[in-house]
Amino acid sequence: MTEGLIGQERPLVTISLRVNGEPVEAVIEPRELLLDFLRDRLGLMGAKRSCDTQVCGACTVLLDDLPVSACCTLAYEARGREVLTIEGLAQDGALHPLQQAFIEHTAVQCGFCTSGMILTARSLLQDHPRPTRQEIRHYLKGNLCRCTGYWNILKAVESVAGSGRQRGRVGEEAT
Amino acid sequence: MLGIFQIHEPDSIEEASSLLKEYGYEAAVYAGGTELLLVMKEKLAHYSHLVNIKTIPGLDEISFDPEARTLRIGALTTHRQLEHSSLIAEHAPLLAEMESTVGNVRVRAMGTIGGNLCFAEPHSDPATLLLAWDAVLEVGSDEARRRIPIADFLLGMFETALQPGEILIDVHLQLLPANAAGAYRKFSTHERPTATVAALLQLEQGVIADARLAVGSVGPAAFRAKEAEEMLRGQQPQEELIASAAESASRAADPVDDLHGSAEYKRHLVRVLAAEALDLAARRAQAEVDYD
Repeated sequence: MTEGLIGQERPLVTISLRVNGEPVEAVIEPRELLLDFLRDRLGLMGAKRSCDTQVCGACTVLLDDLPVSACCTLAYEARGREVLTIEGLAQDGALHPLQQAFIEHTAVQCGFCTSGMILTARSLLQDHPRPTRQEIRHYLKGNLCRCTGYWNILKAVESVAGSGRQRGRVGEEAT
Repeated sequence: MLGIFQIHEPDSIEEASSLLKEYGYEAAVYAGGTELLLVMKEKLAHYSHLVNIKTIPGLDEISFDPEARTLRIGALTTHRQLEHSSLIAEHAPLLAEMESTVGNVRVRAMGTIGGNLCFAEPHSDPATLLLAWDAVLEVGSDEARRRIPIADFLLGMFETALQPGEILIDVHLQLLPANAAGAYRKFSTHERPTATVAALLQLEQGVIADARLAVGSVGPAAFRAKEAEEMLRGQQPQEELIASAAESASRAADPVDDLHGSAEYKRHLVRVLAAEALDLAARRAQAEVDYD
């Protein structure tokens, strides 16, 4: 416990976790949100605060490989776990195939949704390396993009999934 | 920003229950946090003590009892687990189908079935389906355990039959008989559904032996359309009958005008969704159509 500015006791917890593969230890208040922890404490600005109500997906990070809304998840919840943000996706200076595909398919306009989109897609492909277009749409449904119209995003994810051209699935299903 | 609170990490239901009793209205059960943290962020509610029941082992398990043909779903089972569980896919595909539509992939990864039911948000997807299914909820405290039919559990908007210090432990589902099937239909314009309908039909030689129809999201709590169920029993699932039953369910609804739509619009939705759900349930019961 520590004494707050207005004399109210502020409980503290110590958390150890891994962020993008690196061990992190911190003393935080249980009320600290994962998004603030990542942005304000660790300077990882890839996850964005937007709707702040876990609707839009701009703050998506992966917690033990599953997408969560960092804006509505306690940093405490990440104790003992692995957090992956967009900053941790490139390996040895080489972009992740999804990042490369987003560039190649012009799946980015303003870029605000992009880190969430890519991380969500990464989680899908890890579980399900060859999703159908319908499965990609279902998984990405909770990530909103107000610029692209989604089309190029779908194409980018499909190109990495290998579900597309090799398997003749692009355009096969009604959109 | 969230207000100041302390997190407690109990090892057992009993310990969690005594913490809840000790701190009374200052305390809330913390599970997935997808509902609780939202209202705390919006300052609609504040609790100085969150009792994290995720530190209690074994509350997130799904098991099947082949003798009793029941599924036991731990309160901390996430929507995602239910969406992907092989036990659920085998024995209750309708539940997986509904769960795959809850919120979005992030909400499903964190949110739990127990949290959803205990929060009693009127637009809950699971509440509507589980009400049609006559699920039984096992709750416990540091003193006793008891089982509550879900119809007696969901009392109203954000209101359940849980007593102070009581915690939902698991959800018991009786598998549908082989000649029964169901369907879940909803319509959403926002993140949460505007109207939800679940239909379960049991057919014997082309005649409806049992019918259960639940409607949710349009009122303070999901409800069973009893008159419609009565109309359906003993009849063949013909288009006209389904239309009349859907009309009855729509009349039984008591919607209000809000951001999701006007009361008139919601009644219309209930009628359309009920007809779709009943029709699909009937076709599935006759093995014409499979689950998604």
